[in-house]
Amino acid sequence: MGNILEVEGVEKKYPGVIANRDVSLHVREGSIHAIIGENGAGKSTLMKTLYGLIRPDSGSIKVFGQEVNLKSPQDAISLGIGMVHQHFKLADNATVLENVILGSEPSRFGFVIKYDEARKKLLEIAHTYQLDIDPDESLANLGVGERQRVEIAKVLFRGAKILILDEPTAVLVPQEVTELFTNLKELVNKGLTVLFISHKLDEVLSIADDITIMRQGTTVATRKPSETNKKELAELMVGGELPKPIAGNQVVSEKSILSIKGASYSRADGREILHSLNLDLYGGEILGLAGVEGNGQSELIELIMGLLAPTSGSVEVLGLDASVTHTKDIRNAGVAYIPQDRQRDGLLMSAPLWENRILGHQFATPMARGIWVNKGAAAEDSRRVVEEFDVRTPGVNVLASALSGGNQQKFIVGRELSGDPKLIVAAQPTRGVDVGAQAIIWDHLMQARSRGVGVLLVSADLEELFSLSDRIAVIYSGSIVSVLNPSKTTPEDLGLAMTGAKSA
Amino acid sequence: MTKNKIFWGTVAPLAAILSSLVFVYIILSLRGVDPIEMFKLMVSYGFDPRNLVSEVNQTVAYYMAGVAAAIGFKMLLFNIGIDGQYRMGAFFGAVVGAAVSLPPVLHVLLIIITSMLAGGLWAAIAGYLKVKRGVSEVISNIMLNFIAAAIIAFLLGEKLLGILPEGSQNVQTRPIPASGQMPTIKIFEGEVYSFLFVAIFVGIAYWVMLNKTVFGFNLKATGLSFRAARSSGVNAPGMIFITTVLSGAIAGLVGMGTLLSDTHSYSMAFPSGFAFTGLSLALLGRNHPVGIFFAAFLWSFLERSAPVLEFEGVPPEIVIVMQGTIVLSIVIAYEVVARINLRQQQRAVGKVNVEALSEKESK
Repeated sequence: MGNILEVEGVEKKYPGVIANRDVSLHVREGSIHAIIGENGAGKSTLMKTLYGLIRPDSGSIKVFGQEVNLKSPQDAISLGIGMVHQHFKLADNATVLENVILGSEPSRFGFVIKYDEARKKLLEIAHTYQLDIDPDESLANLGVGERQRVEIAKVLFRGAKILILDEPTAVLVPQEVTELFTNLKELVNKGLTVLFISHKLDEVLSIADDITIMRQGTTVATRKPSETNKKELAELMVGGELPKPIAGNQVVSEKSILSIKGASYSRADGREILHSLNLDLYGGEILGLAGVEGNGQSELIELIMGLLAPTSGSVEVLGLDASVTHTKDIRNAGVAYIPQDRQRDGLLMSAPLWENRILGHQFATPMARGIWVNKGAAAEDSRRVVEEFDVRTPGVNVLASALSGGNQQKFIVGRELSGDPKLIVAAQPTRGVDVGAQAIIWDHLMQARSRGVGVLLVSADLEELFSLSDRIAVIYSGSIVSVLNPSKTTPEDLGLAMTGAKSA
Repeated sequence: MTKNKIFWGTVAPLAAILSSLVFVYIILSLRGVDPIEMFKLMVSYGFDPRNLVSEVNQTVAYYMAGVAAAIGFKMLLFNIGIDGQYRMGAFFGAVVGAAVSLPPVLHVLLIIITSMLAGGLWAAIAGYLKVKRGVSEVISNIMLNFIAAAIIAFLLGEKLLGILPEGSQNVQTRPIPASGQMPTIKIFEGEVYSFLFVAIFVGIAYWVMLNKTVFGFNLKATGLSFRAARSSGVNAPGMIFITTVLSGAIAGLVGMGTLLSDTHSYSMAFPSGFAFTGLSLALLGRNHPVGIFFAAFLWSFLERSAPVLEFEGVPPEIVIVMQGTIVLSIVIAYEVVARINLRQQQRAVGKVNVEALSEKESK
C-alpha cells in the first residue's frame, strides 16, 4: 500500500508564535494513523491545514501522490478529505437524514430535495461500513455515540476517503469507545483511511497502525504500536520524563465526611434519576465513582453541592444537611468542586483569571473582606496557582477564554485546592487535558489525600480510576451497585459492573 | 494592560462618532447643504451658555436612564421598562411629596426614596415573572410600560389624585411644598438642577458596587455565566431578581431633576422615551459610569442643537439619524475591539506555551 497523504516540511507562523514547523507526516492508504501530543503541540493546526481551514506558509501536501493547494474545506472535501469535529455540528430539531444531507442535498432543479435518493445512499453507506443509524430518527433522541456516527456518516456521504477525527473519544464512555473503534476498523477494512487525534495513549496503542508524535509544533517521531510502549510515547510527547504521582502515607479518618443515605431524586417530569442511593466517604481516601455517563452522576454531584434537593433520603456533607444548606455555605464549610463542564460551570470565560480565582471563594476570606472583594489577594493567589500548576499564561489579567482547555482545567484545579478544602468533588478532572497536565492534577489530588482530604473522583477514565482510587463505587441507573477494591478488580470486571451486570 | 484597555475603550466610541459624522456628512452633501457649516452652527449653538445649562439638566435625566440600563446589561437584562419605572417613580414621588410635610432635607429624601421604591417595585413584577415563570423581561416590560401609563392616567383623574390648575389644560398632581424642593444653581442666566450631585453620587456608587463589592462580583458573575455563578454558591435567580429591582429603582430617579427643581408636580407633560435612550447610552458608554455620562451629554447636546438646523432648511431629524448611526457603529466597534483583544491575548498565551515547551526541551 502506498501513501495516500504525504506532508513534507509544512510550516505555519503567526506573529510571535510558530504553530507548525518542519512537519512531516506519511499516512498509508487503508491505515489508522494516530497523532498524539500535548495541548498546544500543533496537532489542531496541522489538522486544520489538511482540511483547508489554514493555509501553510511553506511546505508541501500530497494527496494520492498529487501535490495540492488547499484553499478551503470545499477543496479538501472534493479531494476526499473529511473532518469529524470534536464538538458536533448537528441540528437537534432535524432527523438524521436531514442532518447528513444538510449542505449537500441531492436535488431536482436545484430546489426540490430528492429525499428518496438521499435515504437510499445513506442506507447504502450505513450498510457498507456497518454504521448503526436510522435515517428517520430525530437527532434529539440520540446519545453522544450515535451523534458521532451521524457525523461520520455525514462525512462519508460527501465521499470522503480520508477521515480526520479530532479527539473523537474525548466525549465517549468506554462502551461507546469500543463501538467507535469497531466502526473505524470497518472503515479501514473497506479501504478508507483514518487520521485521528488523541490524548489517550492506551487507545492509540490499541487501535492505530501508526502513531505520529508531535511536540512544540513539529512531528518528532512515528512509531508502530508493536515497537513502542506507553512510557516511550509519553516521554516523546513531553520531551522528558513524566512526574510520577507520589502515593504518600495514608491516614483514613474514622468519621465519614460525606454520608448519603437512601437518597432519591426525581426530575420535575417525574422521572426518577437517583434511587435510594447510599454512599460514604472518609477523610484521607479517594473514592472513585465509576459509571456510564447519564446514570445519575451529575445529579449526585448537584445533591452534594446543595444545587439540588433530594426527593427523599439524606445527604450529609461535613456534618451539614445538604438538602437545606445553600451551596455557598457548603463551599464555605470546605467543599471544593471541580465541575465536569469546566467552561460552563467552572469559569467566567470572558473574565480575567484573577476574577476567576475569586469564583466560588467570594464568600470568605481572603478573597472577600466583609462586603468587599479583595482584588489584591485574588491577583496574588492567582499568580501562585499559575506558578504551582504550570498554567501557561502571560499573566493573571488574561481572559479565561484565551487559555487552552488543559490550562483552564489546571487553573480550576489549582483554585479549588486552595484554602484547605476537606472534601473535593472532582468530576472528570483530567478530561481533555494532556498527559503533562494530567500528571500535575493527579499529583495534587494524591497530595490532598495524604493531607487527610477526602476526594470523590467521578470519572469515565478507567485508567484514572484505577491509578488514584482507594475504593471504586459503581453507579448504575441511579444506585450504587457495588463498591470494588481496585487492587483486586480488573478493568473488565469494572466495565461489567458499569453495565449493570451483577459481578461475582 | 489597563492602559491598553482605556485606549481601546476610548477609540471605539470615537470611531463610532466619527463614522456617524461621515455618514451625515454624505447625506447633507447630497442635499446640497454645506455639512461643515451645519456642524459649526450646531456646535456654536449647542455650546451657547444658556443652551449648555438645559443640556446639563437633560443630561442628568438621561444619565439616570443610562445607569439603570447599564445595571440591567451587566445581568444580560434588556430593561426596556425604564419608561414605566421612571413614570411610576416620578408620579408616586410627586404624590407622596405633596401629601406630607417634613423638614427640608428629610422631605426631599423621602421623595427620592419613594420614587426609587416605586420604580423598583414596578420592575419587580418583570423580575418575578422572569425568575419564576421564565417570561422574557422584554415582553413583560413593554406591556408594563403601557400599564404604568394607563394607571397613572387613571389616578390623575380630578376626583382621585389629580388637579387642574386654573388656566391650564394639563391635569397634574398637587404641588410639592417648598420643603420638598431642591434648589437650583444659577449660572449663565440659567438654572442647573442640584439633583446633578445626586446623579454623580449614583454613578460613583454604581461603579463601587460593581467593581469593589462581593454583591457586584456576584452580579457580574451571574450575568457572565448563570451556571458558573450558581455552582460557585451564588443564588443566581435571586441575583437576577434583585438586579431587575435595582435597575428599576435607578430608573425611578430619571424624573427627579425636573420634579424636585422645576415643575414640583407630575403631569402628563412629562416626556417619554427614556427606555430606548437609556439603553443606547449604556451601550455607547459601555456600561461605565464615566462613559455613560459623556454619552448622555452628547445626546442632550445633539437634541438641543437640532432645531437650529431648521433655520437652514435642514430637517432636524438628521440628529436622530446621527444618534442611530452612532449606536449602530458602536455595537460593531466594540465587537471588533473585543475580538482584537481576545486575539492579542491568545497570541500572548501562545507565546508562553512555546516558551514553556522550549524551556522543557533545553533541560
